[in-house]
Amino acid sequence: MAETRFMTINMGPQHPATHGVLRLVLELDGEVIVKAIPHIGHLHRGVEKLAESKTYHQVIPLTDRLDYTNAMGNNLAYVMAVEKLLGIEVPTRAQYLRVMMSELQRIAAHLIWLGTHALDIGAMTLLFYNFREREEILRIFEEVSGGRLTPTYLRIGGVSKDLPDGITEKIKAFVQAFPDHMKEYETLLTKNVIWLQRTKEVGIISKEDVINWGVTGPTLRGSGVKWDVRKAVPYSGYEAFDFDIPTGSIGDVYDRYTVRLREMEWSNSIVKQALDRLPRGPIMASDPSIVLPAKDAVQKDIAALIRQFKIASEGFQPPKGEVYASVEAAKGELGFYIVSDGSNHPFRVRIRPPSFLNLSALPKMVEGRLIADVISIIGSIDIVLGEIDR
Amino acid sequence: MADIHPAVKKLQETFPGSAFEVKTFREEVTITVPRKEIAAICKFFYSDPDLQYQFLTDLCGLDFFPETPRFEVVYLLTSMKKNHRVRLKIKVGEGESVSSVESVWKAANWLEREVYDLFGIPFENHPDLRRILLWDGFDGHPLRKDFPLEGPDFDKPFVPEV
Repeated sequence: MAETRFMTINMGPQHPATHGVLRLVLELDGEVIVKAIPHIGHLHRGVEKLAESKTYHQVIPLTDRLDYTNAMGNNLAYVMAVEKLLGIEVPTRAQYLRVMMSELQRIAAHLIWLGTHALDIGAMTLLFYNFREREEILRIFEEVSGGRLTPTYLRIGGVSKDLPDGITEKIKAFVQAFPDHMKEYETLLTKNVIWLQRTKEVGIISKEDVINWGVTGPTLRGSGVKWDVRKAVPYSGYEAFDFDIPTGSIGDVYDRYTVRLREMEWSNSIVKQALDRLPRGPIMASDPSIVLPAKDAVQKDIAALIRQFKIASEGFQPPKGEVYASVEAAKGELGFYIVSDGSNHPFRVRIRPPSFLNLSALPKMVEGRLIADVISIIGSIDIVLGEIDR
Repeated sequence: MADIHPAVKKLQETFPGSAFEVKTFREEVTITVPRKEIAAICKFFYSDPDLQYQFLTDLCGLDFFPETPRFEVVYLLTSMKKNHRVRLKIKVGEGESVSSVESVWKAANWLEREVYDLFGIPFENHPDLRRILLWDGFDGHPLRKDFPLEGPDFDKPFVPEV
C-alpha cells in the first residue's frame, strides 16, 4: 500500500508575495495545503515598550511607522486616545482636516493594496496606474505636512499646520479625476476572466468565523458583516458625513476586492464633502498646558518659546485612568489602549493591530486550497508587517 | 452616575457569589473579576442573548511591578449586535496561570500567545502556546517593567540558534 507523505515547504520571509517579512510554513499534500503556520516577528521593534519611555507627544512619530501605508490613520487613533484621556475637545476645523487626511490616506493605502495584489496575481499594468494616483496623494501630504510616507501631521489637540495656499485646488482636482481612474482600474480587473478565476470562491470565510477570529476592516465586511467603526462608534465628526458601508456576500477574495474598491469611492466622496464644508476656525485646542504653540509664535514670542520648551521636554501629566480609542484604519479597527499612572509618560500603550488579527485567520482561509491561492489570499487580507510585529 | 451598564447588572445576577469591582472612566466600564472565573464569565458574556459579546476586540497584559499581584490581563469585548463595549480585567500574580478563552473566541489564540511572549503569563488549555513575536530561545519578557529598555547587548547582532 502506498504511503501518504506530506511535504513541508517554507515560504518567506523573503518572498515578494508575502508583503513584507511574513514566513509561512506550509504542509502540502501534492499541491493542496494541509496545514499553514505563519511565523511573525521579523520586524518587531518593541514599539509598545519604547512608547513607555517617551512623553505623550513623542509617541506620535512611532505610530506612523506601524502600518506605514496608513500613517494618518495611525496618528489619529493615537491622538484620539490621548485626547480622550485628557478630556479635551478638538476644534471642528481640525476634525475636518483629520477626516480629510485619513480618507485620502485610505485611498492611498488601498491603491497600494490594489497594485500589489494585482501584481501578485499577474496583472502588472495596474501597479503603475495605482502608484501614479498615490503619488498625487503623497504630494498633497508633502505640501500639507512636510512628510510623504510618515507625515506625523496630527498633534494632541489638533493638527500641526493649517492647509497651505493653493492646496484645496489640488485636492479638488484629485477628487474630480479619481472616479475616472477608478473606471480604468475596473476595466482591467472586474470582468477579467483570469482575475475572476483566481479570486472567485477562493479563500472563503464565513460570517461567524470572521467575527470569531477577531477580523476587522474590508476582510470582515467582505464576508457580509456591516460593521465599520466610523458608523458604529463615530469619531472625529464622522457622523456629519454621508457614506455607506459596502459589504460582500460570501467572503471570498473577489468580495474583499469589490469592498475595497467601493470603499475608495466613498472615501473620495468624504474628502469632497469635507472640502466643500470645511469650516473656518482654529486648528488646535486652546489648552496651553497641553498643546504645542504655533511654530511662528515660537520664533517671535519668548513666552511661546518657553512653553514650547516645557511641553517638548517635560510633556504634560494626564489624570490617572485608562482609555481605549479606535479608528477604522485602512486594514481594520486600529485601537490604542492607554493606561496612565498620572506621570508624563504613558504607563502602557497597547496597540490593537488590525492586520495581526486578520492574519491569524489566514490558516483558516488557506487550508484545503492550492498553493497558488495562498498568494491571492494573502493579498486579499492586505497585511502590513510593520503593524503586525510592532 | 449614569445608568448601570447592562453587562454589570447581568454579571451580578448570574455570579452572585463573586466579588466584582466596577470602575467607570471617560464612559468606559471596566469590571475586575476573580481570576479563576474568567473563562466561565467570558463564556457567559459570549452566549447570553442580552449581551452577545461575540467579538473579542483586544486582549493584553499590564505589569504593575513591584506591586503584588503584579500582572493584570485585560479583555476588551464588543457586542456588534448591541453596539456595546466592556472591559474585563483579572489580577494575576507572578507564577500564576490564566485559563485560556481560545475556545470562546479564536481571536484569543494569537493574542494570548502575545501576552505569554511579552509578559510571561502562561495560559491553561491553550492549543498552541508558543512565543509569537520573539524567537523561542529568547531570554526574558520585554514588556515586564523590570526588563531593561536597553540591554548590554543592544548594539550586538542577535544570532538565534535554529
